[in-house]
Amino acid sequence: MKNVSFDPKFYLSQRNIGKFPAQVIKASDMSSTAAINIAHLGVHYRTQEALRDVNCIVKPGKLTGIFGPNGAGKSTLMKAMLGLVPVSSGTVLCQGKPLMQQLEKVAYVPQRSQIDWTYPATVWDVVMMGRVKKTGWLRSFSAVSRQVAKNAIERVGMIEYCDRPIGQLSGGQQQRVFLARALTQQAEIFCFDEPLVGIDQKTQSVVFEVFHELAADQKIVLVVNHDLGESIAHFDDLILLNRELIATGSRQQVLTEENLNLAYGGKVMYFSDAA
Amino acid sequence: MLQALIEPLQYGFMQRSLVIAILVGMLCAVVGSYLMVQRLALLGDAISHSVLPGLAIAFMVGANIYIGAFIAGVLSTMAIAWIRVRSPIKEDAAMGIVFSAFFALGITLITVIQKDNKIDLNHFLFGNILGVTIDEVRDTAIIATIVLIVVVLLYKELLFYTFDPLGAQAAGLPVNRLNFGLMVLIALTIVASMKAVGVILVLSLLITPGATAYLLVKRLNQVMILGAVIGVISSISGMYLSYFYNLPSGPAIVLVVSGFFLLALLFSPKHGIFTYRKEQSKSAVVTIYDTEK
Repeated sequence: MKNVSFDPKFYLSQRNIGKFPAQVIKASDMSSTAAINIAHLGVHYRTQEALRDVNCIVKPGKLTGIFGPNGAGKSTLMKAMLGLVPVSSGTVLCQGKPLMQQLEKVAYVPQRSQIDWTYPATVWDVVMMGRVKKTGWLRSFSAVSRQVAKNAIERVGMIEYCDRPIGQLSGGQQQRVFLARALTQQAEIFCFDEPLVGIDQKTQSVVFEVFHELAADQKIVLVVNHDLGESIAHFDDLILLNRELIATGSRQQVLTEENLNLAYGGKVMYFSDAA
Repeated sequence: MLQALIEPLQYGFMQRSLVIAILVGMLCAVVGSYLMVQRLALLGDAISHSVLPGLAIAFMVGANIYIGAFIAGVLSTMAIAWIRVRSPIKEDAAMGIVFSAFFALGITLITVIQKDNKIDLNHFLFGNILGVTIDEVRDTAIIATIVLIVVVLLYKELLFYTFDPLGAQAAGLPVNRLNFGLMVLIALTIVASMKAVGVILVLSLLITPGATAYLLVKRLNQVMILGAVIGVISSISGMYLSYFYNLPSGPAIVLVVSGFFLLALLFSPKHGIFTYRKEQSKSAVVTIYDTEK
């Protein structure tokens, strides 16, 4: 178990907020991607309630983090939004239509641990998967698709690894390959499930650079993260969960001592005692 | 030497069985690669055992036994999925339950009908490749052509789905239909192979060539092509061994392909038992280099 002792004042102090410059939001671009509207979303796994009555808005042009303790339903919220797990109640709308009917707008990157990395595929094979839907049935990849994929691989600094089997990459490199695949999808809505787990410093800086670029480009960037370390200062908006919504809004609004106690409260005490 | 290889070909039954062996060796390796990469080898075993009752019932009602077998194979995958979704029973347990129940029903039905008819349970269990008719060669060729064309046409979608089902679903691919299509391809392959090696040993032709190729090459299409080559070579050599030494054909083919696997396991340049340590130390160096960056 990791150390979860946490000082909200660090993140709220003026000095540290200024550490990572906020994105310059161009008002003229605001119409390009609509916000996602989550209303009364609930999920049951068999008899167990995983999420109850979640209401929030995910805005374009912001880097939005889904935070909460282990088992809080962070990944479940992301999967439920995309229709990857059955939803027991509520709606997830984008431009008035269910999001799961517009998945061509979405790039989703699952947790690295859910993937079989011994699969016989190269970096190039995996990144090209991002073009499958756009290419369509019975067609082969176009020159444009290849160029888009190549640019994405270059962006994450993996071009010299193109022919490498994915099983021979480090964890951070595997995560960058998935980031490249998401970029290759040229989506409006980017969803990343725990992209910061077990990655090196170089990958972390590439990942956040790309996230900020996407947000600056008025995309929706939604990231599941359980780590309350310094990286939290990268996020503009937060969704704080523990089986239900604890708080949502800008980072400054959400990171109050009261909210964090509600989300992590008892557990923080328990783990500090155990350590 | 050459004379010895040509000699068996003067017999019509040997020509037909060699054609079947080549078709089945190729088809099983390609389709079986999907089972291997999805860690669904047991599913191949389950479907192959489950085709028996469909075959028996089709024989009873006078329908085409291959269509009956195909339907039973697809039904078994649906039964497995249904148990897994509707109960807390895990997938491997569901497979074990369904395939043994189907298999038991099949053996019972065939035992009952073989008293009055010229139908031999052993031919379905272990294959009867020397007894194939020209019609069966034609049917197998048609199935093989259809399945291979579908695999080529859906290659990129099936690659995405089998590697990352959630990612494929989130990208808007119809994953349930892709999965069902894959099950249909596997059931068709098993039905086409039944005559050659029988339902018990078909798993070997589905899994072993692909697994052997997997130890040697790094991309799925390469696994399929090299696997097909290994499957075809094994089928031909198995048939000749069977002809010259009077061995049962299906088991002879399986023993040859297993031999190839053993060779790859021991001597593969990347993953071989005897070469593995060298590779390990190389990757350790790469890791250190990465952290320094």
